[in-house]
Amino acid sequence: MPEGAPYWMLWDELVSAGAHWSGLLRRGTTLRLIDVTGHGNASVLLYNYEDRSERYNMPDTLKAQHTAFLSKGVACYSDMGRVLCSITDDTCGWHDTLCGVSNAAAVRRKYGEAPYQERRNQYFKNGYDSLLNELGKYALGKRDVTAAINFFSKVTVEDSGELRFHVGHSRVGAYVDLRFEMNVLMVLATCQHPLDPAPDYRPGEVRLTAWHSRPAPRNDPCRTRCPENERGFRNTEVWFK
Amino acid sequence: MALVESAFDASTALRREVIGAGEPWMGRVQRGQYFRIVDLHGNQAVDTLFYRTDALEERYSAQDTVREQGNIYLTSGSVLLSNECNFMLTIVADTCGRHDTLGGACSAESNMVRYALEKRDMHSCRDNFLLALAHLGARHGRDFNKRDLASNINFFMNVPVTPQGKLTFADGISAAGRYVEMRAEMDVTVLISNCPQLNNPCNAYNPTPVEVLVWDAP
Repeated sequence: MPEGAPYWMLWDELVSAGAHWSGLLRRGTTLRLIDVTGHGNASVLLYNYEDRSERYNMPDTLKAQHTAFLSKGVACYSDMGRVLCSITDDTCGWHDTLCGVSNAAAVRRKYGEAPYQERRNQYFKNGYDSLLNELGKYALGKRDVTAAINFFSKVTVEDSGELRFHVGHSRVGAYVDLRFEMNVLMVLATCQHPLDPAPDYRPGEVRLTAWHSRPAPRNDPCRTRCPENERGFRNTEVWFK
Repeated sequence: MALVESAFDASTALRREVIGAGEPWMGRVQRGQYFRIVDLHGNQAVDTLFYRTDALEERYSAQDTVREQGNIYLTSGSVLLSNECNFMLTIVADTCGRHDTLGGACSAESNMVRYALEKRDMHSCRDNFLLALAHLGARHGRDFNKRDLASNINFFMNVPVTPQGKLTFADGISAAGRYVEMRAEMDVTVLISNCPQLNNPCNAYNPTPVEVLVWDAP
């Protein structure tokens, strides 16, 4: 942290474009993800740090809150009926969790060949391999890759069921705050969204800033959003009794 | 929604099995074979997962499937992709019209969140999946566990999403005798929970049996 930063600030880190990152976020910590370039995408997977078989569950998150996307006020559920983290602030308004991540073949098809031998560390990365890279550090692998969250990317569903990617949805400095309700292993990749129609390989940097907050109070808007979330937060508290 | 019928006659099937309401089922379908699920009594959700038989860590991926086809609903023409983006099965006939793959499976824990804490003891699809994997997993070549339960398909279930991003469980659009049929593009192991959910309209509040049939390529 810079000198003179308030005591509750924990750390601050810049994740490069097309890179991967992982870390432990403890209960009562808030993490801000900032879209540095305005065209960033942060693909994220979440696990209970203490029992990694418990992980972010896209269907349970969407069903409990009757939504097909994530935004301020939404809780991110695990498969065990608990809240891993909740979105306490959000200047972006819509984060995709339906579309998954890019893979090596798709990146090659879309942007061409750019192997390490030619490009050194500018070689092209893809979402799937980036997530696997971080998961491997915790002895996790392909069986542990579930539906990811794509922060800063908006994909809507037409009445026909067709997916529509919204170009230019985010902007420079847009951010989303995740308040962690459990001790969470977060795995992150800053590769382009797989439906991003930009013809060029141009992932964006994402800045991470963490601070001490506190777990959700009784009147917290994420908790009181719906009776489902009241029960989800209750289940989460039981885990920490 | 264009409905597509199959040319196969049920009487010529290699294999026919009825899965009782609320029961699990696990079986194999070989590359080139055809696999049909029949909604015998109408509006029964059939929670289904597929694994590549000779490499079980390769499995059905809902996200890769909907993204690559550019549409969240599954129907005839849909190719079911694996987490490696390989073709697993192709839907070749569908007399229901569309099927869900975003709604996932019910579990004791999600029932507690969605309905009431007291719903924990109701039967659920995840209990079916876990028990089938515990008893039958080894017979299918591996010590399967919860890590192998990714987002599934809910055949015959109706989960509409609006352009504004609202997701609901709506009344079914299936009916007695409607079916979906797939051609296997690789050897697959199928895991089904014939959904026991009583709290929402996915089964019209009345879980009923379904039938699975397998044919060789004509």
